[in-house]
Order: sequence, then structure tokens, then C-alpha cells
Amino acid sequence: MEIFGVPLVALASQLVLGLVNGSFYAMLSLGLAVIFGTLNIVNFAHGAFYMLGAFGAFFALSTLGLNYWVALIVVPLAVGLIGILVDRGLLQWLRGLDPLYGLLLTFGVSLILEGILRDAYGSSGRSYPRPPALNGVWNLGFMVLPISRAWVIGVSLVVCFTTWFVIERTKLGAYLRAATENPSLTQAFGVNVPLLVTLTFGFGVALAGLAGVLAASAVQITPLMGSNIIIAVFAVVVIGGMGSILGAILTGLGLGLIEGLTRVYYPEASATVVFVIMAIVLLVRPAGLFGRA
Amino acid sequence: MRKVLLASVAATALLGGAASAQQVSGDAVKIGVLTDLSGVYSDFGGAGAVEAARMAVQDFGGKVLGKTIEVISADHQNKADVAASKAREWYDTQGVDLITESLNSSVALAVSKVATEKKRMQIVTGAATSRLSNEDCGPYTIHYVYDTYALAQGTGAAVVKSGGDSWFFLTADYAFGHSLEKDTGDVVKAAGGKVLGAVRHPLSASDFSSFLLQAQSSGAKVVGLANAGTDTVNSIKAAFDFGLTPKQQLAGLLTLVTDVHGLGIEQAQGLFTTEAWYWDQNDETRAFAKRYFEKVKKMPNSNQAGVYSAVTNYLKAVQAANSDDSDAVVKQLKSMTINDMFTKNGKIRQDGLHVHDMYLFQVKAPKDSKYAWDYYKQVAVVPGEQAFQPLQASRCALVNKS
Repeated sequence: MEIFGVPLVALASQLVLGLVNGSFYAMLSLGLAVIFGTLNIVNFAHGAFYMLGAFGAFFALSTLGLNYWVALIVVPLAVGLIGILVDRGLLQWLRGLDPLYGLLLTFGVSLILEGILRDAYGSSGRSYPRPPALNGVWNLGFMVLPISRAWVIGVSLVVCFTTWFVIERTKLGAYLRAATENPSLTQAFGVNVPLLVTLTFGFGVALAGLAGVLAASAVQITPLMGSNIIIAVFAVVVIGGMGSILGAILTGLGLGLIEGLTRVYYPEASATVVFVIMAIVLLVRPAGLFGRA
Repeated sequence: MRKVLLASVAATALLGGAASAQQVSGDAVKIGVLTDLSGVYSDFGGAGAVEAARMAVQDFGGKVLGKTIEVISADHQNKADVAASKAREWYDTQGVDLITESLNSSVALAVSKVATEKKRMQIVTGAATSRLSNEDCGPYTIHYVYDTYALAQGTGAAVVKSGGDSWFFLTADYAFGHSLEKDTGDVVKAAGGKVLGAVRHPLSASDFSSFLLQAQSSGAKVVGLANAGTDTVNSIKAAFDFGLTPKQQLAGLLTLVTDVHGLGIEQAQGLFTTEAWYWDQNDETRAFAKRYFEKVKKMPNSNQAGVYSAVTNYLKAVQAANSDDSDAVVKQLKSMTINDMFTKNGKIRQDGLHVHDMYLFQVKAPKDSKYAWDYYKQVAVVPGEQAFQPLQASRCALVNKS
């Protein structure tokens, strides 16, 4: 059976691969949406933190001797901590100013991080030796799926929906949303808003770090891996609707699938299709698919 | 708020990276290294290429015809427009006599047009498109290290001969990839093989698995990688992950030793690649590599060694011509024989192509790699006249076909 000249089997496998990329988009755009929603910061360094996660995993293994499973916990925490330092040391002075300042600052931070790692590892970067447990393949019948890729989808789905649940359905999330809605009133009720905000930033950055560790097991770790993906991720956030948690997750996964299909039917456009969709969505629904105008 | 976000998406798309340039002026012979200092190809050329040019000048004694030699460099960010305006600035206001390196075919083609217009020299090392010595050749442009034709001849012919007679291409979607795909396809067909198809991916794509899956379902015996740098590295990794190899064979059409280093020998083993030079070929190459390593902390690839050789021979030509006038220097370069650690008996033809021997290498298995950077086993020498396109077939207008 064929659909537009492509065998169904081939199509199905491309969709699975699209889901893998969508998982990365979802995790990264989720972090961006959380940070944007609560802090009103357009975090341009998000791609650099993702890259830092990947290099962190490499560094943990080669220098500290920590294996992948330990790195999966330790590295996001470390990257999140770096994020918190950036927030406390730099970003907090820009609170209340035009968001453009935060954007320029984080853009600068990402150039610095990229520059340091390029100096240390060169632009071709390094290969991360995968743990043996992720080395095999699963035969799904219609395709051979490396376990490393299936693992990415699994972790990403669990993390994304846990985050959504915590923010939208728990008391902690309610505090967070209240702090976003009206910081001074929330503070008056005895909630430590600055702490909450900083921790949120750290959490968003840690998500990027986790995505980086996951990526390390699938692709080459290079200093530019963050900037290659981040612009598409920003487009995902715009399409999903600024600051919408569920929107960011679903749009991320959905665009991964659409990109996968483009790679089959018209590969030349696979890097542009996300932006074409962004333009269309903005024309039809300026607030984004899941945003409230 | 959305405006800010949108503006920033647009801004990064436009900005990419920040350009850097060092500027010196004065009465001197000036050599400009125009390369990718920050992007996907910065291991391919980059700071290593700038260092190689500096070493060449130092070894030459720092002076030619009593004038000091200066090396300046700039980052073209892999953008043809940035490169062309930088070249124009260098030739017009900085008094640059020679622009070298200029990797990335779109960049080299753009700079070549400026060189022709300004009647100044350009020696291309890192770019591969064969258009530079064919329809887009220029009187002041020399193509020094390799071109897509030679890369295709080396790897393409050898792989077909060893039984890989059906091909599928994974092609970087710009001038270089198209050139390499076409030239290799021609070689494969001439040798009796078949080309089953190709898929074109954007430069620095984030994921190659779906392109590889298409290559896999084509059933071709050989998947030719008509891309370079990180793109090649990620293609090879994905091929390894999805079990494409060893059922199908990979042929890296432009894989340099620095890529193999980044990828790791475990995943790269068995890969065929054609290069003009390898650091561990003989005492001369090892001596150069050792000095370079002390400065850069990496072994040089053939492009970086090529920059050294190009600058050295340019300076020799200036000396012999007793002038840095472009016409005199080009005439001198095209009449002399290139003999140094980079190549033996190299000749620069009318069409600007530097014809010299190429080498087919195969990446060693981890157990055969005895020391750091011990990656290649030499499989064959492809003599210059076989490796490069014959002069009578050149589509260059400078070639006198009487």
C-alpha cells in the first residue's frame, strides 16, 4: 500500500523518527515556555544549555568517570545550577526592564558558552560512547528502531507530562501560576516569589540539560548543536502559543512529525517547513494554536 | 511580547555569529585567510588554517623582496555575501594581495568573482566544487588541494571496482554537494555502476536518521556521503545506529582526518576516503605535523597542510617574479613545479587547477591504530593525471583549445 507514492511502511518509520525529533522539540520548548510564562524572559541561551548538557555528559564520563545513568541525574542538576547562577548573577538585575535586554544578555551568554567549548573541543566535537543497554535495536516489523531513539521518546514523554501535571494540577503549580499572575499579591500571602521564580528558571534550564544528555547518546556532540536547533524551537513556542505548557509539548511533538513527513516528500524544505507553518499560524491565529489572545 | 520573540527569531536567523577581523595596513605583502572561524567547518579550516599560513610565512623568513609579509584573517560565517564583501574590503582598502583558504564552495565562488574583478590573487584550498576550474574559473583563481572531480575519481572508482556498483547519495543541498553528487555519479556510471537516487538535506541538519532510512530502503550497495564536516559525522553515526552498515557500505566523499578524529575510529572504521595529504605519510609530513601539533594541539588535515603549501609557493612565485603584481605571480605559479612536503611534481594548469597525486585511504580498525591520530591506511595512489579532469575536458574559458 502506498500513500502519495511512498510505501506505508516507509511512511510509518519516518513518523517514528519524526517523533524522536519532536521529543527534543517538546522538551526544549517546554523549558522555554515555562521560563517565558513565569519570568517573561526570552531565554536565548536555551540552546547553549542543551549543548552544555551534552558536553556535561561527555565530561562526566571522560573526566569524572560517571556513567550515563548517573549523568542523566547529575548533569541536568549541574546545568540547572549554572542556570540559577546566571539568573542570580545576571538576569535578576534586568527584572522589570524591557524583555529585549534579557534576550540580548542570554544571547551573549550562549555565544560565550559556545566559544569556550569550541576552543576546547573544536567544531567537530566528540562522540559519546553509549551505555551498552542502549546499544541494540528493536525490530518493530516495519522498521528497525535503535533502542537509544526509543529511550529518547519514552523519557521525553514522561518528563513533559509530569511537568504539565505539576504546573497545571498541583498546589505547587498553583503557587507558581499565582506568582506569575500577580507577584506582589502572592508574596503578601507568604509565598517566597523570588525563590520560586529562580527555581523555575533553574528547572527550565535543567530540562534543556536533560535534553542535551539524551541527545548525547544519539548524535554527535558539537558546540553548535544548540544553535542549530534553537531557532526551530523558538518557532515551536510561537506556534504553540507563548507560555502555554501543553501547547509547547503537543506542538513540539506535532512539528517533529510534520518535519519527518517533509523529509520524505520534499527533503530540501525540511529545515524551512517549521517556519512556513509558523507564518501560517500567525496569520490565522496570532495568539498561537493553544494561546489565549 | 510576541513581537520581541518574533524579532529575535528573525535576528538570530540573520546574525548567525559575530564576525571578527584583524586589520593591519602598511607597505607589505598581505595574505588574507578567509575561512570559517566559528561555524560547522571551523575544524576543516578555521584557526588551524590561519596558523598554517602563519607558519608558512615564518618559515619563509617573514620577508619577501625586502617587504614584510603579513597574515590577516576573518570569519565569513559560511555566507557568500559576507565573504564577498570582506574580500572586496580586503582587496580595495587593506591592500591584500592574496586571499586563501575560502572553504565552502559558495564562498569560494563568490570570492573568485571579486578576485577576477579586482585582478587580485585567490588560492582556494578548502572548497571543492569543480566549477572553480570549469565554468566559473577565473584568471587569478587557483584551486589547490582537491576538487569534487578528484574526490569522485578516487573514492568512486575504487569502490565500484571492489563490487559496490549501485549507489545512493546523501547530498548537502548547496553548490558543493550538488557538484560532488554529479561528479561521483558520472564516475560510478562510467565504471559500470548504477545510481539509484539521492536525497538532499539542508546544511547542518539536526538529524540524519530519516535521510538514512531512505538510503536504506533504496537497497543500494553503497551510500555516498556528498556532504562534509559535522554533516558527514552525523550521517555515519546514524548509519551505524540504524544498522545500515555493514549491510550497505558507506563512502565518505569528503571526509578529512579531523572528522575521523571527532567521530572516533570505532564508528569510522572501514570507511574509504580520498585526500591529498595525510600527516603520517613520510618524514617530511610528520615533521610538519609535529610542529603544527605543538601550536594547534591537533594534527593538520589536508586542507590545512594545503594552506601552508599554497602560501609558501605563492611567496616563492613573488620572489621569482620579483613583483607582487597578480599577472606576473599567476604566470610564475602556472609555470613552476610544486615540490614540498605537501606534494611532489604538482603543476598548476591554465584553468587554475593544481594537478597532483591524490591518495585513497581506509580508516583503520581500532586494534590496528597504534598511537594517537593513527587513523589511515593508504590503499592506493591516484596519479594526478588520473585523479583530475583532463584539460581538454575543462569547460573553462581560459583554456586555449586550438
